[in-house]
Amino acid sequence: MKANVWHGKNDLRVEQVPDPKILNPRDAVVKITSTAICGSDLHLYDGYVPSMVSGDILGHEFMGEIVEKGSGVTNLEVGDRVVVPFPIACGDCFSCQDEMFSLCENSNPNALMAEKMWGHSPAGIFGYSHLTGGYAGGQAEYARVPFADVGPIKVPDTLTDDQVLFLSDILPTGYMAAEACDIKPGQTIAVWGCGPVGQFAIKSAYLLGAERVIAIDRFPERLRMAREQGGAETINYEDTDVLDALKEMTAGRGPDACIDAVGMEAHGHGLQAAYDGVKQAMRMETERPIAVRQAITACRNGGTVSLPGVYGGFMDKFPIGSLMNRSLTIKTGQTHVQRYMRPLLDRIVNGDIDPSFVVTHHIPLAHAPQGYDMFKNKENECIKVVLKP
Amino acid sequence: MNEMTTASLQNEANAQAAQTAGRAPQNRPRNRRGSEWQRNKYKDKTTTQLSTSLGWLSIGLGVVEALAPRKLSDLIGVPEQPLLLRALGAREIASGLAILAQPHRPAPVWSRVIGDAIDLALLGTALRSANGNRNKILVTAAAVGGITALDVICSRQLATRTRSGQQSDESGALRVQKSIAISRPPEDCYTLWRSFANLPRFMKHLESVREIDAKRQHWVAKAPLGGTVEWDAEITEEKQNEVLGWRSLRGSDVQHSGTVRFMPYRGRGTVLTVDMHYSPPGGMAGALTARLFGEEPEVQLQDDLRRFKQIVETGELATIEGQPHGERGMFYGLISKGKR
Repeated sequence: MKANVWHGKNDLRVEQVPDPKILNPRDAVVKITSTAICGSDLHLYDGYVPSMVSGDILGHEFMGEIVEKGSGVTNLEVGDRVVVPFPIACGDCFSCQDEMFSLCENSNPNALMAEKMWGHSPAGIFGYSHLTGGYAGGQAEYARVPFADVGPIKVPDTLTDDQVLFLSDILPTGYMAAEACDIKPGQTIAVWGCGPVGQFAIKSAYLLGAERVIAIDRFPERLRMAREQGGAETINYEDTDVLDALKEMTAGRGPDACIDAVGMEAHGHGLQAAYDGVKQAMRMETERPIAVRQAITACRNGGTVSLPGVYGGFMDKFPIGSLMNRSLTIKTGQTHVQRYMRPLLDRIVNGDIDPSFVVTHHIPLAHAPQGYDMFKNKENECIKVVLKP
Repeated sequence: MNEMTTASLQNEANAQAAQTAGRAPQNRPRNRRGSEWQRNKYKDKTTTQLSTSLGWLSIGLGVVEALAPRKLSDLIGVPEQPLLLRALGAREIASGLAILAQPHRPAPVWSRVIGDAIDLALLGTALRSANGNRNKILVTAAAVGGITALDVICSRQLATRTRSGQQSDESGALRVQKSIAISRPPEDCYTLWRSFANLPRFMKHLESVREIDAKRQHWVAKAPLGGTVEWDAEITEEKQNEVLGWRSLRGSDVQHSGTVRFMPYRGRGTVLTVDMHYSPPGGMAGALTARLFGEEPEVQLQDDLRRFKQIVETGELATIEGQPHGERGMFYGLISKGKR
């Protein structure tokens, strides 16, 4: 089969690789019909996630048709159309039973490596470095799905791929980020980053009762989407001082909750951004934490900072003093996708949300490397790329 | 529930088990509250204080050797060889830094013992040379000899207590202890372990275990450098769903024994605790060789128990072996080391 293979920083190649096989009783093989490039894939593309190995197949947002299944998969049939969640979860362990699926204790074959880096190991993730298991990803024609009796969700034929594909990651991720803000009626939520996760966080914040959502980015097309599709007020951080504007817009108090949908490769300007750029380039810190610093500083006293953005290692100048002295709460984590797929599918079916609005490009899988480049550089007003095998 | 730590899980299970057994398990706190965790890897503070002092001594001496080799030569009465003394200084500094980085590990202190031997040998050479000051050299040699004794004592003390869950006794036998919380009842865990033929499924260093009869098994284990070792063992302790103990038969090449306890946790799970002793083939040399090849016994046991938990909880072992991938680069061997 064809697959999008990582060979190093900025070096992806679509190659012929062997087809996946069933390796365990609870495995299934999915023939992929749609697979997307995630913003977090760009961290791999840019070489900022450790333990990637030349030859790894990328991709953790995918859906398709079950073509083969192991003896332990009794809830799905060959031919079922399914969306696959990005964390791999067994459903049996302490974490899974508490519905913290991205912390599954049994799905990471490299748990020891993760324990050395992070203290404890999270779940395995498709196509997302060997720290999270080294599983082959879904930017391919076929993918092996472990614990297929727990993860994949059947979707109705009345919905298009673009409408349900994002149940695999970014829709639940935006939703969980908003849910973590514990929104009360009348509250104001600020969202850093108007990429697809930011867009879904904006939508979800309104669905969960926010009165105002303020979105921050620098790309006009993304800010426009946040205004027109999400109904947010927007700040372009290249024209406006964000902290100043947020204070002014909230009568000096600050947003009730702040969502950092940017993560480890934030952009900014001024001395601070230059400092982090140099330190990250020299591998003296793994993050460029400009967005999370702003989110903490901007948040109102006693508010919540929610971090769906991906971080990998260690950062500098974390404003712990602001966090502590102002009674802030931080909520974060890889998304427990399995927890949200069913309720969010229901919301798609009943018309609360149609996630397909974020898609700007459909391209063949064979052109995946060009897709990454376009997405990374925000060419052609690119916001979300869907690959077609 | 979420913030419950494994330690408190375990202490709670221990407390329960202690109640049912009428006594606290060996080496474990009797009560959950107000008790001190007994198996502390930094418990022996005197030894780490000694190693830290030796580390600073190394650095101090090294700096003097490196910066003022001529003055030092004069002081200790040896012929002037500034280049040699600077090299020795660099070695001292390296030893010192290694000790300060890991004051609880024996290896860096052993590097000092080797350094002492080199120093004594060089002093011996200087003693025979014509232009040395015999009296000063003898005083220096006596001082170095005293420090050598301290180095040996310190490294031996450190060697008996290394990392959490791993100790070795005077005979050189290794003792490894580990616990894991499993979300299945003790019966399930006990049943899987009681069929000893299952052990190689999760114990990576075992090749096979064949059950000779209800009480005895034939074990085959992988040895470093691709060899195998074999022995027969018998069950020494057996209490259904509670405890299993086994021991290699008298006269075996490998002296091995183990106990596994299955303690119920809040009626829905198990805390499993393994306590194993073994004298590896080749004695301490064998153990050191194994360690050089990256097989730290306590890390190995931890990973073995993780696999046991996977089998009990999910019925299978998470794996990526046999999945597709693109062409691998030359570094893949490094990262895939130790992977199934």
